[in-house]
Amino acid sequence: MKIDKELLHKIAHLARLDFNEQDETKMIDSLNEILDWVEQLNEVDTTGVKALTHMSVEVNALREDIMLPPLPHEKGLLNAPRKDSDYFRVPKVIE
Amino acid sequence: MLTYEQARQKYELVVGLEVHAQMLTQSKAYSSDSTEYGSMPNTNISVITLAHPGTLPKFNKKVAEFAIKMGLACHCNISEYNVFDRKNYFYPDLPKGYQITQDKTPICRGGYVPVKTKNGVESQVRLNRIHMEEDAGKSMHLAEEIETLVDLNRAGVPLIEIVTEPDIREPEEAYAYLTEIRKLVRYLEICDGNMEEGSLRCDANISIRLHGETKYGRKVEVKNMNSIRNVQRAIEHEFMRQVELFENGLGDTLVSETRMFDATNGQTYSLRSKEALNDYRYFPEPDLQPFIITQDYLNSIKTAMPPLPNFLKEKFMNTYGLPEYDALVLTDTKEIALWFEELCSQTTNYKAASNWMMGSVKSYLNELNLPIAQFPLQPSQIAEIIGLIEQNKLSFSTASQKLFPALLDNPKTTATEMAKKLDLLQDSSDDLIMPLIAATLAKYPDKVQEYKNGKKGLLGLFVGEVMKGSKGKADPKKVNELVLAALEK
Repeated sequence: MKIDKELLHKIAHLARLDFNEQDETKMIDSLNEILDWVEQLNEVDTTGVKALTHMSVEVNALREDIMLPPLPHEKGLLNAPRKDSDYFRVPKVIE
Repeated sequence: MLTYEQARQKYELVVGLEVHAQMLTQSKAYSSDSTEYGSMPNTNISVITLAHPGTLPKFNKKVAEFAIKMGLACHCNISEYNVFDRKNYFYPDLPKGYQITQDKTPICRGGYVPVKTKNGVESQVRLNRIHMEEDAGKSMHLAEEIETLVDLNRAGVPLIEIVTEPDIREPEEAYAYLTEIRKLVRYLEICDGNMEEGSLRCDANISIRLHGETKYGRKVEVKNMNSIRNVQRAIEHEFMRQVELFENGLGDTLVSETRMFDATNGQTYSLRSKEALNDYRYFPEPDLQPFIITQDYLNSIKTAMPPLPNFLKEKFMNTYGLPEYDALVLTDTKEIALWFEELCSQTTNYKAASNWMMGSVKSYLNELNLPIAQFPLQPSQIAEIIGLIEQNKLSFSTASQKLFPALLDNPKTTATEMAKKLDLLQDSSDDLIMPLIAATLAKYPDKVQEYKNGKKGLLGLFVGEVMKGSKGKADPKKVNELVLAALEK
């Protein structure tokens, strides 16, 4: 897999990243380096090996259905860049 | 332009449904804040719901239990090994930037739901899967506001998504399927099934093709239907919209898109989205460990399953000998069905029991808009009334018009006590009737002679006199017999 300009723009859009043209080349190189590095794993024969999804062998870390006191409303809204007394406010997402 | 019927003859409708059901848990799927509906905005929140850095989710095991129950009710295979996945997208009602869902290992696979339409057509709608995920918050785009308002109370509320195969061919079949799903979640008590409040939501994937064609057409997803009836309407409308495109040679312009249903005019409209590209980049959620459903755990859920509507319907038809219509009405809700079961454990006259439930009891509940849990009488009282009628101590009309209303006003009294108090019980003992007959015949010696000469129509006169003498409490049938016998002597 190779990162080209088109793919970079796609990934950047999905991640909502914005950067200037000078940084584009740097980004492409850096991403390709990472991919090349990870691709070394292809040299290992993984026939019959299950995909590793979790680093710990622990399973069933579950909780009971118990309700605990919520985060107070004011505290929840505290760090929001835009808010009113009830709601978080964000730029309008639908016309 | 084709009429709807002509269109249906030429084109085949293909529908698959995705139903989201909010689980009736106390706390959210991956955090301990409340799931309560209708709280003040942004009060059911936690640092996990708000996606604060450094917080970690922990899975609510009740959600798995509920999902498994639904899977068992729909004849699914339950997955032994489960992981969660992240579905990545940016939207303000989803603070983490991803939804925790199950992509690769849905907790239930396959299965089917038997349905029967109003026209009596039976089919089996196959399920593709049922998986667990979390709900998003609510965004409000108010016309007078320049910003979007976000309420995160709903963010993290557990959902199951029930996905069918594209098996549905009739709008009525979609209606019947959703009715069945709603009945099941309510019987299982895992979701309140309220479509208006959005605790049960349905998206329909709709495509058309010429009859005989084996390839599926391009599908359109329709959302925003807030009732089962509106799902049917939306499918009917979307079918005709697609047919018109095809008929006008514009079939190629049909795009795979999401459309919204507008209940006020019954039409669908395109949801113009700035986000052209949907790439969710699913990957295993590293913050939640896999969970294993053991055979023991599965068995413990199986043994705790409540009776399901189809089971009860069959039982009411086969064991109690009721017509299908009765069985359907009586299994509409679990509460009614179980109340009826209780009644049937106290009487063997099942048809009479069914008539009482579907008649007097239901009309009382409907009139006052009450659930059966708030019905003032006990099954034993209805069973007693049925018994009194069977023993000819009471006529049905007296029971339903006098005794039943009186009992509703005095629910602590037994049926027999109340009937005695109101002097409603029929007394057909010989001690009462025989002297009355003798007196009547003695009062009209010439009429008796006329009767004996062949004027048989006079019988009514004698019976009427005796009934009057008994103040209406004698059984007219028995009086009839005894008067006849006395006259023939």
